[in-house]
Amino acid sequence: MPDVTMQVWRGDAGGGALEEYQVHAEEGEVVLDVIHRLQAGQANDLAVRWNCKAGKCGSCSAEINGKPRLMCMTRMNIFEPGEAVTVAPVRTFPIVRDLVTDVSYNFEMAKRVPAFAPKPREPDGTYRMSQEDVERLQEFHKCIECFMCQDVCHVIRDHEDNKANYAGPRMFIRYAELEMHPLDTVDRRPLLRGQAGLSYCNITKCCTEVCPESIHITDNAIIPLKERVVDSYYDPVAWLGRKIRRRGRRKATG
Amino acid sequence: MSTVQETTATPVVIDGVRGGPPVRTLRRDRWWVGPVLVVLGLSAFAAFSTWAAFRGNNYYVGPSMGRDYLSPLYSPCIAQICQYKNDAIVGSWWTWSPAILVLVFPLGFRLTCYYYRRAYYRSFWWAPPACAVADARPRYTGESRFPLIIQNVHRYFFYFALIFAGILTWDAIAAFRFPGGIGVALGTLVLVVNAVLIWGYTLGCHSCRHFCGGNLNSFSKAPIRHWLWRRLSILNGRHMFWAWASLIWVALADLYIWLIAIGAFHDPRFI
Repeated sequence: MPDVTMQVWRGDAGGGALEEYQVHAEEGEVVLDVIHRLQAGQANDLAVRWNCKAGKCGSCSAEINGKPRLMCMTRMNIFEPGEAVTVAPVRTFPIVRDLVTDVSYNFEMAKRVPAFAPKPREPDGTYRMSQEDVERLQEFHKCIECFMCQDVCHVIRDHEDNKANYAGPRMFIRYAELEMHPLDTVDRRPLLRGQAGLSYCNITKCCTEVCPESIHITDNAIIPLKERVVDSYYDPVAWLGRKIRRRGRRKATG
Repeated sequence: MSTVQETTATPVVIDGVRGGPPVRTLRRDRWWVGPVLVVLGLSAFAAFSTWAAFRGNNYYVGPSMGRDYLSPLYSPCIAQICQYKNDAIVGSWWTWSPAILVLVFPLGFRLTCYYYRRAYYRSFWWAPPACAVADARPRYTGESRFPLIIQNVHRYFFYFALIFAGILTWDAIAAFRFPGGIGVALGTLVLVVNAVLIWGYTLGCHSCRHFCGGNLNSFSKAPIRHWLWRRLSILNGRHMFWAWASLIWVALADLYIWLIAIGAFHDPRFI
């Protein structure tokens, strides 16, 4: 494979620019391999965060030719021969240096998610869940926290002021996982409607498009959560149904 | 069950300096093709359906032509001014096109549909025009405020959409009626395909999926609803296909019936 032209963003909070390098690339390599070769040979001080090189740790998120991608899962042969490859830090989070950003926003938002609070145990001291209930939640457990869904979400990518009141797609997966859990006892819908900012999402599905784990974030987490919020706040028929069921239950228990 | 209204808001870094070039996008692919196609497709449908809805004539091919076809844009035809049948529930005071009386329901269903929302937010609103391409406007509150908070009425339009799917199915069955008995013509097939596509779109709706089982936490306690949810999830996975196919076919069905009604095309009968 001939040398490739890499345009890598170099800089920090004080400013920066795309710098161009000619780097050797081998057959079958991924962008992270080339970045490592660049770091080893031409730019020893290049800051890049990485860990597993297997698409499972979520550390090496970057914007490659403008699209959020994992560097370790982006093969070099997807680019046209002679095409320059642009590698920039993820846009939504504050820059630390070069390709490394401060993703602590996500961890602060994670702290706001009310924790799992299970029902009392069964008389035999166990918890039981059926397989079909487990399967639905397994999809959400695939999240590797690469935060590319958070990065691409225009609610915070293009509107910094929304960050204070918007949990973002990754956290909505977490909310969905807890809200749909058959053993959980907490109702997070008021929080979703208010502080978590679910209604800021206009379901443009970019989070789903960039997810390296192919989690159907919009269809299986965000929209079902929106529908649950509608159940509670915007649907008088559902409200009446709940009232009747509750009254029936009260009568039945005397 | 305990309800959490709010939690202690831990502070987040706002206005941190971002890295990367300060440009609207670094994408080099043709990201604009999708939004352009959606604008063209939806604009073409809007223009056609406006003409078709205000046309007010040639929307029914009746027994005088040996057929029983009603345009899906005019079904159910509930005004006395209608060109066929006499089960009108709106009196002679209504003198405009009868399509205007009913189109608000399918139109509302599609306007508030989660797929179409994605399509027009991206293509017309540019919020955002494509993934990792900057929004066109500096401020954004999503669907949290009026008027977009009204999108939450989608499920009501879904209830009406079920009724409309039933009516269009009846229209398709009626299209098998010929003066000499039961038969099949090209128009029959057009209306049958229309009904199938409308059902595919309606049952694949996210609100339907939620209503039929998605709102459960324990599938194991409601096996029938779980079964239904799994089937509807398959349809839902192709919601975009059903949305476009049903939209285009409704327009084609109306066009076909109009062409027969004005005598520009002879409807071939197969059986």
